[in-house]
Amino acid sequence: MLAVFFIFPVYWMIATAFTPAGDLFSKTPAFFPLHPTLAHFKAATHVLDFSDFWINSLTATVGAVLLSLVIALMASVAVARMRFRGRKTFILMIMIAQMAPWAVLQIAVYMIVRNDNMLNEILPLLLFYMAMILPFTIWTLRNFVGAIPKELEESALIDGCNRVQAFWRIIFPLLAPGLMATSLFGFITAWGEYPLVVVLMNETQHETLALWLTSFQTQFGNDWGATMAAATLFALPVLVLFIIMQRRAVGGLTAGAVKG
Amino acid sequence: MPSNGAQTGLRDDGDTAVLRSPGSGDQAGAKVGGGRLRRAGSRRTGNSNAGITPYLLLLPALVVIIVFIVYPSIDEILISFQRLNAFELIGHVTRWVGFANYQSILSSQTFWDVFGRTVVFTAANVVLIMGGGTLIGLLLNKLGGKMRFVLSLTMVFAWAVPVAAATTVYQWLFDEQTGVVDWLFAKAGFHGMAHYDWMSNEYTAFAVVVLCIVWQSIPFVAFNVYAGLTTISGELYEAARLDGAGPFRIFRSVIFPMLRPLFFGTIFLEIIWVFGALNQVLLITGGNPVGKTDTLPVYAYLTGVGQQSYGMGAAIAVVTIVMLCVLMSFYFRIILKQEDEL
Repeated sequence: MLAVFFIFPVYWMIATAFTPAGDLFSKTPAFFPLHPTLAHFKAATHVLDFSDFWINSLTATVGAVLLSLVIALMASVAVARMRFRGRKTFILMIMIAQMAPWAVLQIAVYMIVRNDNMLNEILPLLLFYMAMILPFTIWTLRNFVGAIPKELEESALIDGCNRVQAFWRIIFPLLAPGLMATSLFGFITAWGEYPLVVVLMNETQHETLALWLTSFQTQFGNDWGATMAAATLFALPVLVLFIIMQRRAVGGLTAGAVKG
Repeated sequence: MPSNGAQTGLRDDGDTAVLRSPGSGDQAGAKVGGGRLRRAGSRRTGNSNAGITPYLLLLPALVVIIVFIVYPSIDEILISFQRLNAFELIGHVTRWVGFANYQSILSSQTFWDVFGRTVVFTAANVVLIMGGGTLIGLLLNKLGGKMRFVLSLTMVFAWAVPVAAATTVYQWLFDEQTGVVDWLFAKAGFHGMAHYDWMSNEYTAFAVVVLCIVWQSIPFVAFNVYAGLTTISGELYEAARLDGAGPFRIFRSVIFPMLRPLFFGTIFLEIIWVFGALNQVLLITGGNPVGKTDTLPVYAYLTGVGQQSYGMGAAIAVVTIVMLCVLMSFYFRIILKQEDEL
């Protein structure tokens, strides 16, 4: 029963996407697409600038995730491994930064970007997405770094590695699950981001997939078939990533996120 | 901290145990929170004489936070003291109005209604998420391997669907003409529900939003709780049971105290996430029926961007942040205290 509760909406999304329009409006819902069709996918993908949406979404999301990973990794090594003045202040700052209500900061963000003449460019979007996911990434990664025993690093140093080598050869491989888990979270957040892109992009070809997804409800009334096809396509990259990383990432994310 | 057993859900191998530091083996029973593990070691020396290195490592993060979070926040605060509507925005005009925006917000009944609604909304969601998540986490711990795999997999799907996609799916499920939920209700004998419009009043509209949020949030909590449970050794339950404790008593006296840091951490994140949930509300209800389903972020968004009263929107945003900080202040103290124990 619980499994049904969790899976049904996802199943329904995919099933609807393949169900012919006629069957969608019949008296009895079609629980299984008996005459599967790709018509909705065609309708959903045959829109102007469709490939641009993909490129924009991927650029902004992947760029943001990679940048924030690098920055967060440096910060989390410092926070988890070293004692220094201002460490607690920094942690408090991260906690507050995590609460930044992006949904309502967009007015200021819009003004800043506009005044720099950067509207309709992908870079500001990428940078703000990065800032959006950075606090959580640091928060999570530092727990992973902290979990790696210092002795490993120390023995590498004794064996003649320098600090940098010790990091790359010993620490980094052990961090892989943590890096995957956090990048997955960042990916989901940036991929589905909606309010910022609405205000930062006012020309269609600069929009992202998140906007494209919601466009079917206004443009053609409610074209549920196309909307569900779009939602399926939109969710696909995340689902695929999840399945690839499932083993480490799922446990990793939860493990890193909330302990200590 | 991925202590042992942190590999939740899908597979059950304990290979993270390798990560455990050699010195901590003797505290095997008590390594639930990462904090505990290290407190006993109290290795405060380590790299403490690192000099300038930590600051260099923190520098990029600080720059990002200052440029992309602090600066827009200050800007937002400045805007909140301005009259900034479409006219001023296009003309690049700055008109200072002092506390006028704040005065009109704090004296308006609408704002306080929205505020109360947001608190109730957040509380309801967090209670449901934590309650459901904990129960399912306990269930995962009890289930056999196969069932656990199936349930985990379905939860992963629910979790992985992006919010924007999830909201459209929920709208489709609850559509008044062809939605499958109405059909199921009718089939079950509630014929009045055959074409029920869920968006017609605030309670059912909120019910849909809450269901969507809870559905997506439970997996995170459930996996967390399950991961935590795997770190509690079976002997503890055994002992409690011998002392005559029932299941509820075991949860209260054994599980909860052991997982306290985990519960606090999760609740903290959930409160922030639910309180700031804009997409779910905005995309599902759009604040309809008119203004009845606004929460604070939605209200700020609709006022600021929707009605192009950017100054007012900013002021609402500032008040929202301040309120959240006040509500969370006791949390900061708890978490910073845990930090001391590291």
